Amino acid sequence: MNMSSKHMINILFRRELRSYFATPVAYVFIVIFLVLAGAFSFYLGGFYQRGQADLLPFFNFHPWLYLFLIPAVAMRLWAEERKSGSIELLLTLPVTMWQAVLGKFFAAWAFVGIALAMTFPMWLTVNYLGDPDNGVIVAGYLGSLLMAGAFLAVGSCLSALTRNQVIAFILTVAICFLLLLAGWPLVLDFFRGIGLPLAVIDAIAGLSFLTHFQSISKGVLDLRDLVYFVLMIGFWLYASAVVIDLKKAD
Amino acid sequence: MIETRELSKHYGDLKAVDHISFTVTPGQVLGFLGPNGAGKSTTMKMIAGFLTPSAGSVSVCGFDVQTAPIQAKQVLGYLPEGAPSYGEMNVAGFLDFIADVRGLRGETRRRRIDDAIGRLNLGKVMTQTIDTLSKGFRRRVGLAQAIVHDPKVLVLDEPTDGLDPNQKQEVRALIHAMAKDKTIIVSTHILEEVHAVCDRAIIIADGRVLADDTPAGLEARSRYHQAVSLSTDNAKAAQELLTRIADVAAVVIDPQDGRVTAFPRPGQQIFAAVTEALRQNHFPFHEIALEQGRLDEVFRQITQTAATEAVMV
Repeated sequence: MNMSSKHMINILFRRELRSYFATPVAYVFIVIFLVLAGAFSFYLGGFYQRGQADLLPFFNFHPWLYLFLIPAVAMRLWAEERKSGSIELLLTLPVTMWQAVLGKFFAAWAFVGIALAMTFPMWLTVNYLGDPDNGVIVAGYLGSLLMAGAFLAVGSCLSALTRNQVIAFILTVAICFLLLLAGWPLVLDFFRGIGLPLAVIDAIAGLSFLTHFQSISKGVLDLRDLVYFVLMIGFWLYASAVVIDLKKAD
Repeated sequence: MIETRELSKHYGDLKAVDHISFTVTPGQVLGFLGPNGAGKSTTMKMIAGFLTPSAGSVSVCGFDVQTAPIQAKQVLGYLPEGAPSYGEMNVAGFLDFIADVRGLRGETRRRRIDDAIGRLNLGKVMTQTIDTLSKGFRRRVGLAQAIVHDPKVLVLDEPTDGLDPNQKQEVRALIHAMAKDKTIIVSTHILEEVHAVCDRAIIIADGRVLADDTPAGLEARSRYHQAVSLSTDNAKAAQELLTRIADVAAVVIDPQDGRVTAFPRPGQQIFAAVTEALRQNHFPFHEIALEQGRLDEVFRQITQTAATEAVMV
């Protein structure tokens, strides 16, 4: 009867991932993601015009693409379980809260990873046209995946707050937007305006998704950036577990 | 074995469940009765480990649901209210998933799944998406999910809700068949069900236990218990005749179907006296019956008395 936690997470993971592909949601998401990722890098990023063999114009738009697409994946994570009542089934099976949170999160992350992996023609193209530094490209993919994970973890927590997927979506977009721009004057000026000490402002600036992602995507694999994303994911998943426990009865 | 001790659940000032204590032993089928919002589902959700009690404790087969939740959930099969499941999955995939989570493997796993499919007649719909199933089939999928690991304890929240009369009969037979070695709690608001499947009934209203008895014991509380009713073309004359019998407290004519009912004085048997009186007077009647008591009347009496008391306090 007893089984390892890893095995249980794996069972939940497989069920959840399969459910993405049981509905058109998965296909719509992947197609839109690929079309937008391509369009942004070619038209807005000037992929050809730059005359450089790298994927920087491709990765540069990922934060903005994720800002709207990832909340759409994350909004159903818990809100749908609560709306359909299946959360009661899930949490009365011999499953711990952590196993449930992680199984669902990893499935969503793997799903976004699949969509990201399908952008491989970009990588083939740049290798065909020139002689790029493939190490930087790998770092770019890794950074993009980590950032997607952080977006998803935020979405997991906010999706647990409500049974309404639209509310979950809007909240996630708003919070992710703040986290994305935390290092930018738009956000920092606001905090300066209310007279916070410099140390706090620096700390807020350090929370920015964008600065951490940009340094990774330039090929600078700093351990601090990796730890930042891992901690970010860990924090929001912990918050998810707390929120689910508090709100499951509503 | 299920044991609740002073189990309570409060939402702010509202006492959804208020100090409920009972023990159910293997072989027993306990029926949970009560008006909507009485606290039946909340109690069941706490037994199943979904809700955390505000006070008190529950143990399932000796495992405390709060301190040993995984062990308690392993021995428990639970059908939540409304039989929720993952609608986008097909029936086979859903039962496979549940069997995986329940840790079933190899030969046992195949046998258990086949058994659940057979008991609930799901064979025809195995490849169908759950969302496309009728309400009755969805409920049966929920029941299959609850019994697939052959649990020692079953908690079923309104298992026959939404089923047609034939399906209701099948589910009752299923509960009967499993009752021998299991501890089962069934909630329902269909009173006839209590007679059909339960050997003990608890009536809950406003979160408190108002009665805990066998179905027959509950019926004995009815005004109709041991009353004699008959149908006749001349109800007025029958009323006059029966009122004269010494142990008859009152005779009432049902305004709808004209049936005459004679109520005994407390503790008295009047059937022999009534039939004797009818025979002596050669009184014509179509048929005559000894009443066992009416559960719906007892139910109304118990739950409404509680409601009036609550208002007066």
